[in-house]
Amino acid sequence: MAAASTAGGSGGGGGGAGGFGAGDMEVEAYRRLFPLPFYERYLQNYVRPDARPLHRARDTSVALGPIASAHGSSSVKIGDTTMLAAVKLEVMTPSAEAPDEGSLAIEFHMPPICSPTVRPGRPADVAPVISKQLSDVITSSGMIDLKELSLISGKAAWTAYLDIYCLNSDGSLFDAALLSAIAAFSHLQIPLVSLNDDGRVIAVSGEQLENNSTIELVNKEKRKLSFQSIPFSLTCVLHNKYILADPTAEEESIMETFITVVLDSMGRLVSFYKPGGSVLVHSSTIKDCISLTKQRMEELQNILEDSTSAMEE
Amino acid sequence: MGEMEVDRADGRTASQLRPLACSRNTLHRAHGSARWSQGDTIVLAAVYGPKAGTKKGENPEKASIEVIWKPKTGHIGKLEKEYEMVLKRTLQSICLLTIHPNTTTSIIVQVLGDDGALLPCAINASCAALVDAGIPLKHLAVSICCGLTESGSVILDPTKAEEQKIQAFAYLVFPNSPLSVLSKGSSAEDDEPIEHGTITSVTHGVMPVLDYFNCLERGRAASAKISEFLRRSLESQTK
Repeated sequence: MAAASTAGGSGGGGGGAGGFGAGDMEVEAYRRLFPLPFYERYLQNYVRPDARPLHRARDTSVALGPIASAHGSSSVKIGDTTMLAAVKLEVMTPSAEAPDEGSLAIEFHMPPICSPTVRPGRPADVAPVISKQLSDVITSSGMIDLKELSLISGKAAWTAYLDIYCLNSDGSLFDAALLSAIAAFSHLQIPLVSLNDDGRVIAVSGEQLENNSTIELVNKEKRKLSFQSIPFSLTCVLHNKYILADPTAEEESIMETFITVVLDSMGRLVSFYKPGGSVLVHSSTIKDCISLTKQRMEELQNILEDSTSAMEE
Repeated sequence: MGEMEVDRADGRTASQLRPLACSRNTLHRAHGSARWSQGDTIVLAAVYGPKAGTKKGENPEKASIEVIWKPKTGHIGKLEKEYEMVLKRTLQSICLLTIHPNTTTSIIVQVLGDDGALLPCAINASCAALVDAGIPLKHLAVSICCGLTESGSVILDPTKAEEQKIQAFAYLVFPNSPLSVLSKGSSAEDDEPIEHGTITSVTHGVMPVLDYFNCLERGRAASAKISEFLRRSLESQTK
């Protein structure tokens, strides 16, 4: 409430000068009726209603392994935006074109609990778009070497089903979804498998292995995926000359122009996504957004490392 | 500079576009329509509207834009959903939405041929169709696809075969020269002219940051040619 009372104070000052009684109005009412002027008052002072400076992202936390039945899972919170991701592996026959590669199937879900704008029975418009962008970014960044998912060339390979559920949608959905995908893959433990007498691939549990030492394992070593380069993203909302990093849902709805930059850990550009919007971007803004993403990448790398070490303890 | 190094299957130079063609008013029942082709990539766009009322969830104080993408064959998938969203947001940013509040304008995009650079072709077609329907616009938008080859050189307007071979490509949309009704300073940053800004950028594949700026520069230079063509074909058909 501290932020709201300051807004009331500055509103009173502005109202006196302009002859409009903005200060007499309830701050919440002013925020709803005139969202853009409300935000502009904050932006002039390079601060946002949630007390963040313009370029700071919200508090981010990553927890690994919340779903015990999945082979790899994670839950991610960026501010109030919450994602739950799970990877399940299944043995499939690889395609004829790529006999020693596994495959990925990525799906992003927005159930009605995540936002008042999503109605039951009518899927959200953005869900398939985010789904598509996630698969594009994860495949093109080369984060996962599909050859590592191969078991027996031409016969058997893993298909990794990654499902991401948005539990609370409060802006920057793509960033949270991508982070949860990376965390779930880094938590992924590939199960042990062996061949049975019919030549079919079967899963082997730890107990079976202790009781019967004659089982020949197909994948003794490859239990974890090694990442080549990891993509990290940052969404920014643009308004006039201001760049607001990691917007909330309210900020996204008021200021319609947004940019999502994805960089990989080697500093290359994986995606520069700006779908329209009333603000045109010039090269200086593009450079600013890229350098903000670089800063954010370092933060996210530390958060991911902390979450893995917290897991091991 | 470096243009001769690139060997393209159809014998074009790196910055040469495929032949452009645009015809307007091809559909009689639609309020506006246009057929735009770049080589074998052909898109037909029809505009219906402004019709009364907006859909639920849209802001009734502004005109609402609806985009319906029809693929050449089969059903609409995730890729087409993404195209729909990018196209809708791009057209929203060039239309003057405050002129017809509480109306919906539908743009139906029918793909007739896909030989690469499909989304840019659809954006160009939709823009011409909006002009044909007389929808008030802030400025025209022109779209182009810039491909980045393995050797790091930029090729413009790649075909489908080239798109699959190259390491990365970017779909870019630029505004053409502004009309004077635009209030100064609303979209132009300081002294930069608005045609130096980018409306839309969608990239595929990994590229070094420097090469992205290279794509932007080359795309912007070529967009001047397309916008000149668009202007000319709009003028010749209004007579």
